[in-house]
Parts: sequence; structure tokens; C-alpha cells
Amino acid sequence: MSQNQVPAPDAAPAPDAVPAPDAAPEPVAGGLANLTGLLPQGDLAAGAGENAIELKATEGLSQGQIVRRRFWRHRGAIVAMVFLAGIIVLVTTSIGWGPIPGWWKHNYSSTYPIVNPGGAPTLVVSLTEGVHIGEHPFGQDTVGHDMFAMTMRGAQQSLTVMVLIGLLATVIGVLVGATAGFFRGKADTLLMRFTDMMIAIPVMVIGLVLGHWVNGASALTLGLALAFVQWMAMSRLVRAEFLSLREREFVDAARVAGASSTRIIVKHILPNAVGVIIVNATLLMSVAILLETALSYLGFGIHFPDISLGNLISEYQSAFAQRPWLFWWPGFFIITIALSVNFIGDGLRDAFDPRQRRIPSKRKMARAARKAAAR
Amino acid sequence: MTAQSNDRPAQPRPEPILRVSGLNVDFYVEGEWFPAAIDVGYEVHAGEVVAIVGESGSGKTQSAMALVGLLPPNARVSGSVKLDGRELVGMRASELQTIRGAQVAMVFQEPMTALNPVYTIGFQIVETIRAHSRMASKRARARALELLRLVDMPDPATRIDYYPHQLSGGQRQRAMIAQALVLDPKLLIADEPTTALDVTVQAEILGLMRDLRRRIDSGIILITHDMGVVADMADRICVMKDGRIVEAGASRQIFYQPRHPYTKLLLAAVPKLDLEPADAAPRLPSPPADAARPASAAIRQPPAPPPAPAEPGLGAGGAASGKGLSAEAGEPVMASEGLTLEYPRRGRTGAFRAVEDFDLRIGPGEVVGLVGESGSGKSTVGRAVVGLLPVHAGSLKVAGYQLNGIRPADLRRAREGVSIVFQDPGSSLNPRLPIGQSVGEPLALHRLARGKELDARVAELLEQVRLPASLRNRYPHELSGGQRQRVGIARALALKPKLLIADEPTSALDVSVQATVLELFSELQQEHHFACLFISHDLAVVELLASRIAVMSKGRLVETGTAAEILRHPREAYTRELIAAVPVPDPDLQARRRLAFERRARP
Repeated sequence: MSQNQVPAPDAAPAPDAVPAPDAAPEPVAGGLANLTGLLPQGDLAAGAGENAIELKATEGLSQGQIVRRRFWRHRGAIVAMVFLAGIIVLVTTSIGWGPIPGWWKHNYSSTYPIVNPGGAPTLVVSLTEGVHIGEHPFGQDTVGHDMFAMTMRGAQQSLTVMVLIGLLATVIGVLVGATAGFFRGKADTLLMRFTDMMIAIPVMVIGLVLGHWVNGASALTLGLALAFVQWMAMSRLVRAEFLSLREREFVDAARVAGASSTRIIVKHILPNAVGVIIVNATLLMSVAILLETALSYLGFGIHFPDISLGNLISEYQSAFAQRPWLFWWPGFFIITIALSVNFIGDGLRDAFDPRQRRIPSKRKMARAARKAAAR
Repeated sequence: MTAQSNDRPAQPRPEPILRVSGLNVDFYVEGEWFPAAIDVGYEVHAGEVVAIVGESGSGKTQSAMALVGLLPPNARVSGSVKLDGRELVGMRASELQTIRGAQVAMVFQEPMTALNPVYTIGFQIVETIRAHSRMASKRARARALELLRLVDMPDPATRIDYYPHQLSGGQRQRAMIAQALVLDPKLLIADEPTTALDVTVQAEILGLMRDLRRRIDSGIILITHDMGVVADMADRICVMKDGRIVEAGASRQIFYQPRHPYTKLLLAAVPKLDLEPADAAPRLPSPPADAARPASAAIRQPPAPPPAPAEPGLGAGGAASGKGLSAEAGEPVMASEGLTLEYPRRGRTGAFRAVEDFDLRIGPGEVVGLVGESGSGKSTVGRAVVGLLPVHAGSLKVAGYQLNGIRPADLRRAREGVSIVFQDPGSSLNPRLPIGQSVGEPLALHRLARGKELDARVAELLEQVRLPASLRNRYPHELSGGQRQRVGIARALALKPKLLIADEPTSALDVSVQATVLELFSELQQEHHFACLFISHDLAVVELLASRIAVMSKGRLVETGTAAEILRHPREAYTRELIAAVPVPDPDLQARRRLAFERRARP
């Protein structure tokens, strides 16, 4: 009979191995099996039909590898990652953070003698004079605070808030959404009505109230507080994803195999919803950093003597005309962080979306044609 | 290649409507061009049906889409396509646009997705008319009505204002054909026009298309994988494999004297309904038929003595006389009495009663086929038997457990004795789990094996379904459809079930793959002697495996009996109709059957 007629791709094919002949029809029973041997063996590429063409792009890769590969192709996201990593390194090492010692000579709370008139930045970048960092590269305020140290401190606080909100809101959102989507019925109604209620109240208002309660709070408490008003979008999306995934046959298959609800949720559905979750967690973070900034700007977030990017801007907005550097540097960091996170989220979304196919450029297609002709 | 496509009768014929020669379609993937169609050539004359057959991935759809420029942007087309002497390859998009619809029309596989759900079908047809001609809307509507009449839409004056979701599948397909005929196209491309439809509806639509060919005198390109449909419709056939046309010729020639080994293979792989009483009509004297014999004989059950319908448990006697079963031989592994199943009320839509008053017994080691059209409730029964759907009323006893109102802990134990193979192998395997884990999951969950022992069992199970154990670390998307379904079978067999539910396990597969999976299935059944409820809409497939067949319609059991009884001497009108509607891959036989079917349909 036809044992072992199945194309047997071995455990470890070379990454660029020829397409596994999956598209080749499995031979028919009995004496007909040998007929396949008579079939014209076109060159390998000819053996690839539409399915094989699709398989070609995913061959020998796990789902995670495919996602990673697609992510690396998203240039914007890669640049954003480099930027964000650079900012994080700069922010943590420059003035030090917790146990990490800093290499910058000034700190953010002391005042220093004013170097340039009006406290203008000492940073010089020009063709003729070269690059000088100077004493206070980002300038000083009227009292003599070092703007570089303050911006670094502000960015630290803002990043802390961002990560806290991102993680906590994701956890709450996934818990609520998964429970509602998987169990449906009463649990769903109850949880979703509660979510609706939370959505109906403007985030800014809740933020203000919470900010007021935790007045003069640290980044930690503010982050915790804001996470409780930011999980709703996540829970809705996760619920929708669970609603559709729970109807898939592999969930039924797991249930017939004897899996409990917890196991189905954790082992079978959650890994399939991870794309949605990661993408939205990143986008949530970019919203979080802007929300923190906005609240601090309004004076309900992080307060003097501690510093965040938002309260720097608010503090110095009146000085915008005379000392623009007090405004621009924190602003630059806010924009860069928010943009980077957004780009990364965008790249992740593209990478996780299996339907998205890249349309090759004319030049690339022509090159491939030349290569084929040369062969 | 061109030599083969010139297989025309000797007498001079008018110029063909469509002449395709040297057509190549390539797709750009990861920096390289992969050919989907290579040097394809054929001609279509007025009033002629040319069928392009082949399995998925053979390039049949891509080569047809290339005719009208409906390919994704990473495709490239070369060669020549002449429609009435005009070259279509390399034509500007705007010009092609005027040709699409006006001279070439398409009918797609899935009418629900091809029609816009937010407009009435009348509106959509009128829109097509007015996009190509300046016709007043009143006249266009009159024309739309005329077209709906042409495609035999029942009560066209009312149906014209219906939305697609208000129509049945067959009516939708009729509406789509009407839309395609709006501007009297010279060429109609039908891409698997009946694949999504039930056999009885398929027979009607095929009848309509045959009828239309005579009335409108346009050429039809029929793309399909169903040899029965081909036998029913085609004048000439092109067989495609791996992007090339491997054989082309007149329909009878392809069916009765296929020359290319692939064509023979394809014909042999099609399960055939054995309807004629033995020796009443000589079987085809052609090589494929001879070749097919050993193949289907291997699949066929050893001829069991036909059990008395009243005592189905004994039916197992022939098939399952193996050892180890004697102790429970009499006790059926599944028995339902007055079984009623409902889908619970959701929101404002009330509860839906899917199955009513369903009585069936399956003896140990017995294979029972359950056939019916879509919506007949056959899959619902399967889901209820594995406890995925609660029993609403009546009794359902499976593997010694009464499922009516069963406690979760007992259900868990009951499930050790029963498992299921799902229809779509792509959806029934968790895409994020390596297949080894999927297969081993039932064992791990029932604490029957762990660690090394579990690994060994998984390897053994994969071996059983003829998959190399090295595949265990692969993910489902890396496997072909046939391999995935084997994995599904391996998982279902993991607990050595007494009863296996097979819910259309091969309907998503190509014919040749289906043949191997069915063969494997029947081998496994003979080896392990599990009882099986084989659910399918395809009578020919059920006939290969089952010793008894149960026919369902609209949630009720219509008829049960041995395979031979049901197929050759059906008692109920519905069963007769179902059998008559199945197209047989044999042009002459099919022509006779069609005549009989039409006579019955229109007395």
C-alpha cells in the first residue's frame, strides 16, 4: 500500500530548502501509487501551485518566527525601536535611576550658576565650530536648574507611568475580556455593562479625580491610578477575539480531549489572541504617555518638586517666547517616545496580520525576472 | 502543449471566441518568480463548454483569472489571449474594464460573498446594466426581471426586491448568473459554480447552465475539481496539473480513453456510486475503471452480511469479528431514542430545533454513514454525541454513559470512549501548538501517559496515520491539507475510542488526497475495530466506508438501512432524489441519469 508516500520533510530542513512537495497530490491507493512516478517531473518551481507558493513563504518557520521576520521588514518600526532603546539607555544612565549610577555631573533638583545669558543652551552643533556639549547642553531656567537633568528625570517618570499603565491595563483588560468572551451569558453581560459604564465617563475626568486623590503622587501611584481607567478598549477587543476563537473547531477538539475551561483559555485561546493583545498594549502605551503628560500639564499629575515631561511644559509655557528651549526639549522627548511606541505598535500589527501581503516593487520584480532568466 | 489543445474535430469550424496560447502566470514570492500556469493553451467556441479540471494548486483558477486581468499585483502574465481576435494580455486596465462584464462575465464559487449584502439583487443587476449602457432605470429593471426569468428564479417579480440573505443558496447562484448574463457576454467563466451548493441544488444549477448554453450561445469555461460535474456539462476538457495542461480533448475521450497517467489517476481517485444492481449494467470498459477496482476494493468494507435493520448491533458481526470485542458485542456503543437537539435561544432569536426525534443505534465496530444536505442537522447529531451540545429531550447513550443531563465529571470519563474528527483540518488544529502536542493532548489530559511514554505514544500515533514522527514539532500551517487531516485522525485515535465521529473528514480535501485519507481511515478501522458515525454529504464516500447508511433531512431521520438497500432500493422519495442528483463521472451514464432526473423533476 502507500505507506510513507507522504512527502516527509525532515526535522531540520535548510532554511532555504526547496519547497516541500506538499502540493503534490498524495498518491491514490493501491496499484495506482506507482503512477505518480510516471508523472512529468517539471523543475521544482513548476511543482509549486498557489498553495505551495503560500507555503513557500512560511516554510519551516514557527508562527513566532514568521511574525518576527515580518516585523524586521517594517523599517519604521525598526528605526523606532532603535530610537526608543537609545532614549531608555540615555534616560537611565545619565542622571542615574535607583541603583543605577549616573554619569551626568548635575542633578535635577539643585540650582547652578547661569552660564549663558538667559540660561540659553550650551550645546553647539555647527560645521565651523564642531560639536560642544558645554556645561548645560539643554540650557537652564531662570533659577539655574539644569534642563538636561530635568528632562531626563521627566522622561524617567513618564516612561515609568507608560510602562505601568501598559502592563496593568493590559492585565485587567485581558482578564475582563477573556472571562466575558469565553463564558458569555451572565458573566459577559455583567462585565460588559461595567465596561460600558467606565467608557461612558470621560477618561480625563476620572484622571483628574484620581490625580486629585493621589495628589502630589509619584509616578508609581499615578500609573496605578490611570491603569484603572485605560483597560476598557483592551477588554473589548480581547472579548471580541475570544468570542470568535471559542467557536473554532480546535476549541471543540480540546474540549472533547478533556480540557478544562481554564486550560482552554490559557493554552488554546490566549496564544491565538496574543497578536491583538500585544498590538493594543503598545498602542495603549502611547496613549498613556500622552495622558500622563496632559494630566501633569493640567496640574493633576506629578507635582513639583518631582518632575515629569508634562509638568515641565506646563511650568515653562509662559517662557515660550523668551526661553523656547525650556519648552522644546521636553516636547521633543514626548513626541519621540510617543511616535516610537506608535511605530512599534504599527509594525507589530502588520506583523501579526496574516492577511497582509506585501506588494513587491517593480524594481524587485524585474530583478527576480533577470535572475530567473540567467538560470 | 499546443498540439494537445488542437484536438478539434476535423470539419472546419467558425473562429473560436477565445483563443489562449502560451499563457504563463507567475507570482512573485520572496524575491523569486514562481510559475502558477505554464504555457497554457486552449480554444473556446460559441455554445461550447470547456472544462478546466485539476486539483487545488494546479493553476486552473489563476489561468482563468488572467484572461480578464483579475490577478493580484504580485502576478505577471505573458503569452496571448485573443477574445474575438483582440489581444487581452497587455491591454490597458481601462479597456479591460469595458470588456469585463460586457464580453466576459464571471460566476464565482460563493454567491453569498460575491453579491453585495446591502443591496437588493434587482438593484445589483440594474446597476450592472446601467454601468455598461445608457438605459433608463425603468427599462433596466424590466430587463433585470427578464433575466431573472431566464435563470428560472421562482417568482421573479417578488424576488427582484430581495436582499441576498433572503434567498437560498441556489437562488443566490441564479441571481449571480443573471447578473453575469446582463450584457450577453460572449464568454462566461464559471469558477466552481456549484461547489458550495447541495447536490440537489447543484443538479438544478447545472441544468440551468446547460439550458442557457443553448439559449444564449456563448462559450463557457467551467473551472471545477468535481469530475461528476465535468461529465455532466463539458464538451471538451483540459486537465491541469502543476500549472500545465497535461491532457486536453473531447469529454468522452478524456473519460473513456485517458492517455495521461495523471488523468487516469484523477479519474480513479473519484469515489463512484455503485448504484446498479450487480452485473445489471457492464461497468466501464476503460482503463481507469480497471485501475479503480483494486483501489476502491481496498477501501470497501469486507462484504458484511446485511444486518436486519431492526437489530443494528448485529451488523458489526462481519466487520468487527476481531478479538477483544466479544464481551460487549451485543451492547451498542451509541443508542439514541427520540433524541431532540436545540440550539439555545440567543438574544431575540428563539431557540432553534436542529434535530427532532432521532433514533439510531451503532453496534461496536460498526461503521454507520449519516448523509443529508447542509442544514439537515447531521453535524449537530455528531456534536451531541461527543457532548459538545446538550441533549434537549429524548435519550442518548454513548459508550455506556447516558448523556442526558450528565455531570461534567462523568462527561469527562465518557469522552475517553468517544472522539471526533472535524471537517476542516485547518481549523481543528490549534495553529499555535506543534502537532505533536495536539496529538498528545488527550493522553496528557486523561493522565494516561506523560514524559517519555507520552512522546513514544505520540510517535506511535503519527506512525499509525503514516506520518513521520519528525513532523511532531511542526506547526499546522506547515502541513498540507491531507497531512493535517491525518493529524486530526491521530488525535482522535489517541484514547483508543470505542466510537469515532467523523464529521465530513474529507470534504475539504482534493479527490486524490481524499482517496488516500479514506483508505487510511478504513485500514485503521479494520485494525482497531472502533465503531464510527461517518457524517458526509457525499453518498459515494459513505458507500465506500459504511455498512449502514442513515439519511437525514430537515432535522429528521428519513431512512436507515444497509448501504446496498439505501443506494439501490431506496424506500423514501427524498433518498431517491438525493441519489439521482449526484453527478456520476461518466458522461454517457450521467446523460441517462440526468434525463431520468429531469423527467422526475418535471412530470
